[in-house]
Amino acid sequence: MYQEHIKIDWVTVAIWLAVVVLGWLTIYSATFNADHADVFAFKTLHGKQLLWIAISLFTAAVLLIIDPRIFSNAAYPIYAAVMVLLVLTLFLAVTVNGGKSWIEYKGFRFQPTEFGKLATALALAKCMSGVDVEWGQTRTKLTALTIIVLPAILVFLQHDTGSALVFAAFLLPLFREGLSGMVLIFGAALVALFVLALVVNRYILTAVLAAVALLYLFVWLNKRTSRDWWRTIGVLLLSVAFVFSVDFFYGKLEKHQRERVDVLLGKAEESYNMHQSKIAIGSGGFTGKGYLHGTLTKANFVPARDTDFIFCTVGEEFGWVGSSILVALYILLLVRLVSMAERQRSTFSRMYGYCVASVLFVHVFINIGMVIGLLPVIGIPLPFFSYGGSSMMAFTIMLFIFIRLDATKNQLY
Amino acid sequence: MANRYASRNQVVKAIFIVVGVIFVCRLATLQLFSPKYREAAERQSLRYVTQYPARGFIYDRNGQLLVHNEAVYDLMVVPRLVTGTDTAYVYSTLGISLEEFNERMAAARRYSHYAPSTFMKQISKDEYAKFENKMFRFTGFYITQRTLRIYDRPIAAQVLGFVGEVNDDDIERDHYYKRGDYIGRSGLELSYENQLRGIKGKRIMHIDALNREVGPYMNGELDTLPTEGCNLYTSLDADLQQYAEDLMANKRGCVMALEPATGEVLAMVSAPTYDPNMLVGRSRKPNYIALRDDISTPMLNRALMGQYPPGSIFKVAQALTALDLGVITPQTGFVCDKSLVGCHNHPSAQSVQEAIKMSCNPYFYQVYRRVIQQGKHKNPNKDAQYGLTVWHDYMMRFGFGQKLPIDLPRGGMSRGNIPDTAFYNSKRWYGRDRWQFSTIYSNSIGQGEVTVTPLQMVNLAAIVANRGYYITPHVVRYYGPDSLQSEEYGLRHETGIDRKWFDIAAQGMYDVVHVAGGTGRLARVENLDVCGKTGTAQNGSSLNPRHDHSVFIAFAPKDNPQIAVAVYVENAKGGGGSWAAPIAGLVIERYLNGEVKRKDFERHYREINPCQPPLPPRKKKTSTS
Repeated sequence: MYQEHIKIDWVTVAIWLAVVVLGWLTIYSATFNADHADVFAFKTLHGKQLLWIAISLFTAAVLLIIDPRIFSNAAYPIYAAVMVLLVLTLFLAVTVNGGKSWIEYKGFRFQPTEFGKLATALALAKCMSGVDVEWGQTRTKLTALTIIVLPAILVFLQHDTGSALVFAAFLLPLFREGLSGMVLIFGAALVALFVLALVVNRYILTAVLAAVALLYLFVWLNKRTSRDWWRTIGVLLLSVAFVFSVDFFYGKLEKHQRERVDVLLGKAEESYNMHQSKIAIGSGGFTGKGYLHGTLTKANFVPARDTDFIFCTVGEEFGWVGSSILVALYILLLVRLVSMAERQRSTFSRMYGYCVASVLFVHVFINIGMVIGLLPVIGIPLPFFSYGGSSMMAFTIMLFIFIRLDATKNQLY
Repeated sequence: MANRYASRNQVVKAIFIVVGVIFVCRLATLQLFSPKYREAAERQSLRYVTQYPARGFIYDRNGQLLVHNEAVYDLMVVPRLVTGTDTAYVYSTLGISLEEFNERMAAARRYSHYAPSTFMKQISKDEYAKFENKMFRFTGFYITQRTLRIYDRPIAAQVLGFVGEVNDDDIERDHYYKRGDYIGRSGLELSYENQLRGIKGKRIMHIDALNREVGPYMNGELDTLPTEGCNLYTSLDADLQQYAEDLMANKRGCVMALEPATGEVLAMVSAPTYDPNMLVGRSRKPNYIALRDDISTPMLNRALMGQYPPGSIFKVAQALTALDLGVITPQTGFVCDKSLVGCHNHPSAQSVQEAIKMSCNPYFYQVYRRVIQQGKHKNPNKDAQYGLTVWHDYMMRFGFGQKLPIDLPRGGMSRGNIPDTAFYNSKRWYGRDRWQFSTIYSNSIGQGEVTVTPLQMVNLAAIVANRGYYITPHVVRYYGPDSLQSEEYGLRHETGIDRKWFDIAAQGMYDVVHVAGGTGRLARVENLDVCGKTGTAQNGSSLNPRHDHSVFIAFAPKDNPQIAVAVYVENAKGGGGSWAAPIAGLVIERYLNGEVKRKDFERHYREINPCQPPLPPRKKKTSTS
């Protein structure tokens, strides 16, 4: 049999490494204390993170020499194992910041959620790569949705709403495989309506919606069938019903979640965290205050400055130039992953590549969006950047499995 | 064919890029076009001021204040903010030289540019008043208030303990502490640190360019008030403590007094002692070094840390053990045969009661032999193994050979030594099957391998006073506004020995003080029936002969005892009856009668120093050619 040479995509590896190194430098700065300026002190956060990076590098190297068939063969067993782990977490978890998503063993903490995404990506890719499997089949749809929704529910039950939201990322790979674009538009419209209903008077909103429906019918469509009429009116009625029931759903949210949305919509006074986060970033200016010279992120003004709000330190110390470069690096990585996914011969590899790109995207989107005040506060880490061993490991494994698959992209898995 | 949808990759890429562009634009509005954030950051010269809670006070059993606080001021500095400061003004106002100013600044910078560090410690109220309204010239500096410990009566230094500044290990272990904080280092200050320290508060203040606090940040919403530390209400009797300290002032040794029914410590004196005010304030360091290096070890709490041969007071426990085992009866008599073990001149004891009264060594030699060699094995070595195991178990029930629970730091506490079979079987000592009663008989009279602490001695007196049990000794009765109490300090520990044997021991101890021929007659107090037992503990070696230690344990009154006492006077010329007994009598009189009428008697034992001076530390060999 033809044995393909391994061709590793070094560009992706380089972007990954750049982000990891920048991330570590930022953690070092965020927790910098002239008193303990020792880089290799493993007691400090940056020391621990260095250890995690070393372990991740080693893991990445191992993944690159492994026979990639194992990823597709073991996809379902891995998925099953991680689901069991997530269920166990519900019972064994220690409470950290109100969430119950951490397992502790001999002082070593670990968050199974991070591996839930990896397992779901593998299982979803496996499910879509079967012979004669197409998105149009009801069976395929049901299997795929189950694979996504099961871990999402388990994570939600751990009171980790942020991470549960991330599972929505898997709609993007499905979109690539044939899921109707209407689903994405519908989702976006739902969010938009939800926000509008909270901000705008709902009678005015109803009037606007009716106007849009009329415009659609009489300006957009040239010919109007009775089917078009019924559909439009149906959607309009549903939207209006949704607008009027928003308060009910809104009331179902937890208090702190409502507050975060209120803050974002300008209905409540900005929280201390949000305010400090924006001040820190805003004070960075064009080129920033210089490495290790950020004052606000160091003086404890900014919360979680080494984890969820780490982007603040970048903004403060490297200014607009630095933070834009970081955003650009992420987008570059994501776009590159999509291009790589497209060149795969096997559906498994392609699907998996999309999954990786989408999960990373949602993390970057929610995290940076939150820190710069575009989204409500949702605590999830910035991939390869935030302090944390579990997320560093899980994202690295996720990425390097794909790089390995891509290295022999003409194989069929 | 799924690749029907291949072109959708463009849509996905477009979503990614659009989000990236939105982010970059948003960052531009925040960082480039919103000067308000930069201004806010500059305005955001916030000062985090820790509000230190007052450390809890310590009271004696009658509500007398033993330890309280005095306000002092620390001058703090944030090096990054020291720009354009008139440094000449600062150092001249503080009364330091330019070099010293620069040195301190350098130290602060080494710690952190951003975080405040202490520039000058413990500025008194009066000194601070001189520049209080000139603080605006101290750009980058600010004042924070702290408290120092004050002791109105310079007593009970080793019990109260002292506080010291935290070190890096403390900060690492407990994040409550920040640099410059104080932490209990010994005594009650250490064992009740978590109760005494309280909870820190914080204030976040806006400061203006002139270093003035212009107002609370966010209207003080994030500020917290400090919670004051809990007061400790101890069982110490300050007057009794002072009295006993005065008696011991020119001696070395220890006085312990406690209330047998409750286990409450009334007095704990370790002589020599020191004035606790010495370890406070700016002279703390030189004083500390002087006390630490003093060869008479004033900082050592002998009551808990001293391991002494108990001498004849140990016989009380031996008598009780033998009676309970049934190897002797109350009427057992032994001849005072000085060929077995040395003794003083007295008639042979006809009963246990008499043996205690006269403290007959050969009698207890025989008693101990019956305990150790019970004849359970033919082999005398094996038999002694059995006997010693039984005996060891009894001694443990008396609280010997273990760290007695007490609410003082257990770190340096001694267990004392009650040898067990493993001890003698070890190669380091005799070795397996190489010892029997005749090898270890010195234990019978509280010599040999046996050592106990003064706390265990007074506890023995309390056990006899209670006729069979002791309550966990403790110094703190309750603490805090809610009068909390640790449960373990009410625990009753039974010896399991029959009460009737204790009545005999108590009667013997009564005779020691009150009947002709008793060894402790100097402990007698008019109208009080004091029960006691003397001890004269040999120490040192033939190469280094030292005076015997003088020991006495006592309780009074005989029925329903109110106080148990142990007195240990190191290297006092004469036996237990000549120094420890009269001191114990005086302490009991002072406590039960409220005053001592025998002024001449009191002066005699207060003023005369019976002790040999402590040996100087052995000098290292130096070649003197």
